[in-house]
Amino acid sequence: MSKPVLGMLIGAVLGLIDGLSAYAYPGVASMMTGIIIGSTGKGLITGLATGFFANRLRSLPLGIACGLAIGFVLSLLVAATSPDPEGRYYYLEIILPGSLVGAIVGYACYRFGRPPRQTTA
Amino acid sequence: MLSDERLEHLRAVADLPDLTGTRYRLIRRLGRGGMATVYLVEDAALGREAALKVLSDPDPSGALGGRLAGEARLLARLEHPNLVPVHDVGTLPDGRVYYVMKYVRGERLDAWVARRPPRATALRLFTKVCEAVAFAHAQGIVHRDLKPENIMVGEFGEALVMDWGVAKRLAPATGTPTLALDTAAGLPAAGLPAGAATAAGAIIGTPAWMAPEQARGETGRIDARTDVHALGALLHYLLAGSPPFSGTGEAALARVIGDPPPRLADLVPGLPKPLAAIAARGMAKEPQGRYASAREVGADVERFVDGLPVDAYRESIFERGARVFARTRMLVGLILVYMLVRVLILLFAGR
Repeated sequence: MSKPVLGMLIGAVLGLIDGLSAYAYPGVASMMTGIIIGSTGKGLITGLATGFFANRLRSLPLGIACGLAIGFVLSLLVAATSPDPEGRYYYLEIILPGSLVGAIVGYACYRFGRPPRQTTA
Repeated sequence: MLSDERLEHLRAVADLPDLTGTRYRLIRRLGRGGMATVYLVEDAALGREAALKVLSDPDPSGALGGRLAGEARLLARLEHPNLVPVHDVGTLPDGRVYYVMKYVRGERLDAWVARRPPRATALRLFTKVCEAVAFAHAQGIVHRDLKPENIMVGEFGEALVMDWGVAKRLAPATGTPTLALDTAAGLPAAGLPAGAATAAGAIIGTPAWMAPEQARGETGRIDARTDVHALGALLHYLLAGSPPFSGTGEAALARVIGDPPPRLADLVPGLPKPLAAIAARGMAKEPQGRYASAREVGADVERFVDGLPVDAYRESIFERGARVFARTRMLVGLILVYMLVRVLILLFAGR
């Protein structure tokens, strides 16, 4: 499986699980559908971007760092634009797991994804 | 009266080949094999060092010269990063045939192994040797004398398979054990003399590194799997630091034919079983029990290095679990950290 496709698959699954964990927060119960869709979408985009970059990287630590950075940035965007009905923001709860999901996707893409075919000039 | 030292020097100088009329200048002797000697020379035209291989003794019949020329032509056809390229072939003023090849800076495999390289490095080197041998097999050529003395390890860890002097050409486009012609280093089309053909029943190679069929002189059964046996023995050597069989002459031949190789697990405590199984399969007494090609041996070692199951070893469910965990421990670690973070957030973020 190519790295971007693998990244999207893993990112979507982990994003879905990440979104489902919001059930532990009664304050956001009315937003669950949006949270799950948004989290899954965030995982998809993180996976696609990480897989895309993993094709160009030649180092596992760099692959993980790249996933971590992409996960962090996307989670920051989501956290900064998604207050609950009472106006509270969930930076820690969204950014920390979101970044870790990115790191996991980065590792998985680098380690298990099929490298792109070499092209000759 | 001459001292022993002086006499020895004069003897050595008298043995040096006369390179008059060639573009090479002699620097020093590098080593001597069964029929030829290798010298370090300087290529005056190109201003670089090279290795010149020349027959050690005069060759009135021309048979040995034909073999050496055949070896040069064979090597010239085998263009591969792990095979030494041939630059030139010719005849010295005294009639001896020579050829010139790249001078490899490095050390022989036996010297390299004596320094106990890390196992991962040794396995990487082994797969390069397999690639070179597999390439030769794809060209229909069997080496027949693979051993540590015939493998050089370059300055940058590259492996170079040397000394194709007793190589054999298989029947074209068969991939079967059938042989069209048994010519040592021979390519009939290249004009080898008829005398270069190896007699049926002749034992060619180095006893301790031979395959059983080779040791029995069964020239009709020589094929790629003969080299596979030597690759199994080389893997054993790389892992254990000692060859599976030792000795010379009849005694070594008898051991190769009749004795099982020593168990690697006994020699190297803690050695992963799949690696021992790969070496053992390579050294199976019957060719049918071995890997079909050098490529398959190399591929199985690469699978081991990549943490994948190998063909030569059927692992238990526990071994499979341990292997999968070892391969994915970083992923498992990241997921555990993720779950820990989730739990900590739940506990301490006031939800």
